[in-house]
Amino acid sequence: MKILCNGEAQETPSGTRVADYLSQLGLDASSVVVECDGKILTREEYASHVLQDGSVLELIRFVGGG
Amino acid sequence: MLRVNEKEVSFQAGMTLADLVKDHAASGEADILLVNGYPASLQTILTDGDQCWLWKRGKVPSAKEMRRLLFARHSPGVQTRLQTKVVGIMGLGGLGSLVAIALARMGIGGLLLADYDVVEPTNLNRQQYFVDQIGQKKTAALRDILQRVNPHVAVTLMDRRLAEDDIGGLFHDVHALVECFDDPAMKAAGLRAALHNLPGVFYVCASGLAGYGENNAIRTRRLYPGVYIVGDEVSGASPGQGLMAARVGIAAHHQANQVVRLLLGEGNEAA
Repeated sequence: MKILCNGEAQETPSGTRVADYLSQLGLDASSVVVECDGKILTREEYASHVLQDGSVLELIRFVGGG
Repeated sequence: MLRVNEKEVSFQAGMTLADLVKDHAASGEADILLVNGYPASLQTILTDGDQCWLWKRGKVPSAKEMRRLLFARHSPGVQTRLQTKVVGIMGLGGLGSLVAIALARMGIGGLLLADYDVVEPTNLNRQQYFVDQIGQKKTAALRDILQRVNPHVAVTLMDRRLAEDDIGGLFHDVHALVECFDDPAMKAAGLRAALHNLPGVFYVCASGLAGYGENNAIRTRRLYPGVYIVGDEVSGASPGQGLMAARVGIAAHHQANQVVRLLLGEGNEAA
């Protein structure tokens, strides 16, 4: 199925959870804020939220240092 | 017209600095005398338009005097608004210590400062602490520095480790919250907490400021209305790419200036 991630069209198998998708991208889920279809997900929802065909994802990724 | 300690004073031909000291400083009080930025003696004959400072060494300006100084530098309109605002800062390392000092210099009304850490020798390459503060709690050490910068900022300390679930409750009453954590997981947690639990609080976070990469790669980007991220968003702290004072400072001052812009009603335009 197709999703839109940070403005770019991407393919991912149907049934993909947000946490799976982040690990496909090689991202550490703990350092990413996820907006899915206009809603900011809680940290717990990463493991449960299933992406839908046409889902619009915005990922805000943090790197360390302060 | 002369300016004496940022106040207008009428000029009379032949006036000396001694005349000013007599009229405008309690007798014998002023031992630092400056005219147009240079040290001057009591016998100095003044010229119309001179800017004079009469000061007692070590004297702490009163809140009223401090306000006058800031009014003169920033305009009353700006200062009146800043002095009623409270800003929270999460994490008092390289970013947070500098954001706090910048906001205090600009005359912010209050700061709510949170950190659980102590000053370590390895912090001194970029954080605003001093050698003689090693081992002190960062909260207390920063309060002492701020006291020397602007003693009239209402500083509240939270000496504790923050968690995603308490950020909303702890920072409910601030006008703006600045995320200055080191740990990327806490950076993400802070943004989620702000988006979920702090509607109406301006939020400025940071990501990507390690090393000595290009200056202008550090930018301020709008994420949501009133919510901004500062940094190049890629340069994480890692072996071989440490946190360095200059670039951390660029990012910290982006954060501080963005807070000021938001508090003054600017800089919240659509991305």
